[in-house]
Amino acid sequence: MLWYTGKRLLQVIPVLLGATFLIYFMVFAMPGDPIAALYGDRPPAPGVIEQIREQYHLNDPFIVQYFHYLIGIFQGDFGVTYSGQSVNDVLARTFPVTIRLALLAIFIEMVAGIFVGLISGLRKGGIFDATGLGVSLVLISLPIFVIGFVAQYFLAIQLGWFSPTVGAGAPLEDLILPALVLASISFAQIVRLTRSSVIETAGLDFVRTAYSKGLTRRRIVPVHILRNSLIPVVTYLGTDFGTLLVGATVTEGIFNVPGVGRTLFQAILRGEGPTIVSFVTVMVLLYLIVNLLVDLLYAVLDPRIRYA
Amino acid sequence: MPDIDTTTSKPQPGHYVAPLEETPLDAIDTIKAEGKPSNLWIDAWADLRRRPMFWISAAMILIIVFVALFPGLFTSEPPNSNCQLANSNGAPTDGHPLGFTRQGCDVWSRIVHGAATSLSVGIIVTILVFTLGVLFGAFAGFYGGWVDGLLSRIGDIFFAIPYILAAVVIMSVLADYRNVWVISLAIGLFAWPVTARVLRSEILRVKQSDYVTAATAIGVPRFKIMWAHVVPNSIAPVIVITTIALAGAIVAEATLSFLGVGLPSTFMSWGNDIAQAQTTLRTAPQVLLYPSIALSLTVFSFIMMGEVIRDALDPKARAQR
Repeated sequence: MLWYTGKRLLQVIPVLLGATFLIYFMVFAMPGDPIAALYGDRPPAPGVIEQIREQYHLNDPFIVQYFHYLIGIFQGDFGVTYSGQSVNDVLARTFPVTIRLALLAIFIEMVAGIFVGLISGLRKGGIFDATGLGVSLVLISLPIFVIGFVAQYFLAIQLGWFSPTVGAGAPLEDLILPALVLASISFAQIVRLTRSSVIETAGLDFVRTAYSKGLTRRRIVPVHILRNSLIPVVTYLGTDFGTLLVGATVTEGIFNVPGVGRTLFQAILRGEGPTIVSFVTVMVLLYLIVNLLVDLLYAVLDPRIRYA
Repeated sequence: MPDIDTTTSKPQPGHYVAPLEETPLDAIDTIKAEGKPSNLWIDAWADLRRRPMFWISAAMILIIVFVALFPGLFTSEPPNSNCQLANSNGAPTDGHPLGFTRQGCDVWSRIVHGAATSLSVGIIVTILVFTLGVLFGAFAGFYGGWVDGLLSRIGDIFFAIPYILAAVVIMSVLADYRNVWVISLAIGLFAWPVTARVLRSEILRVKQSDYVTAATAIGVPRFKIMWAHVVPNSIAPVIVITTIALAGAIVAEATLSFLGVGLPSTFMSWGNDIAQAQTTLRTAPQVLLYPSIALSLTVFSFIMMGEVIRDALDPKARAQR
């Protein structure tokens, strides 16, 4: 296990360097003068330009600039937003909200998805299964902002079950609707994954052995079938984390959730390049860390992985 | 011991000789020649033909392609013409079956003309993702060793940035150059690693086949084995994932346009229409609803197509139903 952990950690380093380099390259090797963008139509005094260029290392060669940026990241400094706030401060304020939203969404999609997937898989070909597959196909086809607006209009504005936007401090009851919307995309995938995994596991020899030993269905289904079917679902959560981040950006924008996603959403709408880069970098780092954790968890759950 | 008449019983095994003409050698060849040729694609087609889901999604896709190619047949209104603010968010009238947008433009006309944008982005991204994915996946899977190590690490780096986030960065940097090609490039540039991974793992499996060993034994060059034998036999899962990627690209374009970093509002794009209609969601939800329906139906038809193709190509999935 230790060897596997070490190997996996070493693999992250080139990916981390490569991904940050790519983001940096995309932004700063492309046409456009960042200082001109900062000042708009009225050009600043030449001395000011020189001072800013010096302050942000813009006179250095590209690769040196990249190292300044990289060192900043490793020191936990993600830069400043357009309005001059430290990205770290903004993160400290918005991050807890997004974490709450994401955890709520993951909880909903896991519980509902595994439940529906398990029943569909156990009653393959039945009405429940057919309905579940149909609904999941429709949910996969609906872009998240469509689901968001439809939910906001019908459930919140028309029926009044939920608050259409999230109030100050983001109380948990306001987050339920955005979390439902955020959960809906991955819910469909989890249903399908659990279903096919359950069908596969239920056909294996050890399940037949369990039945022939005279164990009850009540014990076989949760202990023998479900537990062994969950491994692909857990790994899916890792790869799906990217979708969750993008989904959170859109959902938080629609429901006005004061989280990381809305900050990015508003930065995109206002065209604030540096802020976008800072937040995308944070999200990519988060994505890499979550995937690393999921891979390690995978190795804990399935010994075949770490000895392979 | 009872007396047995040995002359009328079966001939002794030692003396029996089967008549040679019973199974002439050329009969084996005849059977083979008469049998229907069968391979993965023929089986898949036979399977597809019997599915209503396949015909429904094929018909939907054909209609969308037709609308995209000949929008003039479906609406007499050219895009962005006769927009009168007096009609802002107006109800349907004669000749304007779906009413008007906030700017007073005909909703139906915008939807019809938006089909071409969505489809072209979808197709360009798909071609890009397919080409990059197949190149990276094929060389990594077939050559293995350091080639695999290098190509797979490059893939990991591109995979580490969720492609919509990457496209957001590219599009906000290239704010002055937004068009169908640039947005397709921005999406496709980071969407290919999944295709490469799928092809690579399939090639690792196919590489072990006897016909590959046979081709190597008779001296076929490595490069030719890869393109002529290994890649064609590994491409099935890539076809499936490509169909679904087309739907993903259409969603990505709409999402980027919705976020405001997609195509400029001079382009007919469903994502733009949805973004513009969101401010009046409370008072005029229908303006948001119709482009959403068009977008969802398009995505739905491609995803359904991908699903039936997957089921047809994968015997394991067929057995699970």
